[in-house]
Amino acid sequence: MTAITDRATPLDEPTPSTATARAVSRKDRMTPGRWLLWTLLLLGGLVMMFPVYWVLVTAVSPGGLSQDNGFSLWPRQFDLGIFSRAVRDQPIWRWLANSVVIAVVSVLISVFISVLGGYAFSKYRFRGRNLLFALMLITIMVPIQVIMVPAFVIISKLGLVNTPWAVILPSAAQAVSIFMARQYMQAIPDELIEAGRVDGAGELAIFVRVILPACGPLVAVLTILTFVWRWNDFVWPLVALQSPENYTISVGLASLNGAYSHPWDQIMAITLMSMVPVLVVFFVFQKQFVQGIASTGIK
Amino acid sequence: MPSAETWAPATGTTVAGPAPSRGRSTNRVPAAAPWLFVTPSLLLFGVFAFAPIVVSVVLSFQDVQTFGGGEFVGVENYSDAMSKPLFWESVRNTVVFTLGTVPTSTLLGLLLAILLNRRLPGRGVIRSLYFLPMVVSGVAVSLIFAWMFNTDSGIVNATLSELGLPRVDWLTSPGWAMTTVILAVVWGRIGFCMVVYLAALQNINPSVLEAAQVDGAGRWGAFAGIVWPLLAPTTYMLVVLNIVFSLQAFDVIYVLTGGGPGFSTTVLVQYIFRSAFTDGKMGYASALGVMLVVVLLLLTALRNRLAKNLDEDS
Repeated sequence: MTAITDRATPLDEPTPSTATARAVSRKDRMTPGRWLLWTLLLLGGLVMMFPVYWVLVTAVSPGGLSQDNGFSLWPRQFDLGIFSRAVRDQPIWRWLANSVVIAVVSVLISVFISVLGGYAFSKYRFRGRNLLFALMLITIMVPIQVIMVPAFVIISKLGLVNTPWAVILPSAAQAVSIFMARQYMQAIPDELIEAGRVDGAGELAIFVRVILPACGPLVAVLTILTFVWRWNDFVWPLVALQSPENYTISVGLASLNGAYSHPWDQIMAITLMSMVPVLVVFFVFQKQFVQGIASTGIK
Repeated sequence: MPSAETWAPATGTTVAGPAPSRGRSTNRVPAAAPWLFVTPSLLLFGVFAFAPIVVSVVLSFQDVQTFGGGEFVGVENYSDAMSKPLFWESVRNTVVFTLGTVPTSTLLGLLLAILLNRRLPGRGVIRSLYFLPMVVSGVAVSLIFAWMFNTDSGIVNATLSELGLPRVDWLTSPGWAMTTVILAVVWGRIGFCMVVYLAALQNINPSVLEAAQVDGAGRWGAFAGIVWPLLAPTTYMLVVLNIVFSLQAFDVIYVLTGGGPGFSTTVLVQYIFRSAFTDGKMGYASALGVMLVVVLLLLTALRNRLAKNLDEDS
């Protein structure tokens, strides 16, 4: 977890001060062999990107660039009207709005309680601490399909079925997030907390004034990961949300699959729209995202 | 494992932050304080995780049809599963799917991490190309692959035709559907493995590698003798995590093939979902789930054991 403290980031390029060292370093010189390797890596990367490129191409090609009329790897016609037809025929904006509400509220609750929980697990000793922590970690091993039936009964007893809360509350407590918060806070010196106690500050005041200000990078990583996880969630929202107007974008998108009345150009246009928020997160916060993934290694 | 003194960047779950400071005095700390901080999480875990898990275990010993009450039937659900060909087929599919996804994504991730750990022009951009699929949702992945691998109008078959090769029923023939599902999942997972390996590689002191070169170890020798053993804990962790992911993989299969054609891509979680929500056999589905969780917990225990042995050896 040190990677998300304010130290130099491990996946970074070195700082400019090493530029001269880089220039003279013999092993970094680009030999023909290294250019070949570089070309292969680039080609592989382009192959990896192809599906995303293909969504883009299909979403602007009337008729979905069906390959029946000859082979083409780029759009032969350009038609942004596919998007307007897609949003006219399906409640896409509604689904996107539902997803935004669910993801944002989930982030707020989940990050808040994970930071609180991580603090308790890292800085306090209390009876049952290790057992509780182990029980939480076990929940990572339990596939959602296994607890779906009782969980559904619980949300229906609470009267939440078909509301955003039915999706938000059950996934708010994430063992992975609490684990990350605990790891992070173990690096915060106890002396800071002790100093607060000596000054006569209460436990809550110490948390708010001493701990929270040091948690910026942690909160950033948890926010980004939680947002992407909740935005991409599928199976629980599928069960918990029952009427189409309450669907999230993932559930709505999946509901179009196999319905033959939907042309592929429109399906890809909606797929692209569903990907925009996570793509933005990826491009803007790639560093935090990648570090978060690397430092948990869990999800 | 790196010691706490050498600053260690993230290498997955195995590395904690800098030396956890210990020995804090507990005087003047109200006993209720930690509970104040864990209660919100605990409450949510209790209601939406612990309770459903306990209920699932209880249900697995009952005959429950749809949401009605059930009666205890002992281990009947479990013995039922053992005698059902469909259960064994889903187990077989799960094993094939796991074997198809875990080694491929782990090894490709390792290869890419090693190659992209060197300084190359535009390295950051090339890495991004491999990372990006990580953020694409399972549903989007499925639809993209359903379109690309469409038998009649997909780009993959069009390319095959262009090359003079026969078209393939990627999603509609039982033989190929599993391959397509595996491809889709591996596509999304390579980036994850690469990220974890890259972080682990940053952890290896460059002077160790330089020493190896000075000693005259070739590139392969340096890898096999030094890098591979140093990456062993990461590899163990990644393999176990990947197995866990594969055993839990649902979205892509559900949307891409729906478990079909026939039963050919129905893995265990798919079968559980189907038993509970299509067939309405809650007790039976719970028994399947309990068995799966037991396997997952055994895997985790095995990993912890291996990690411990590795620590003691070093």
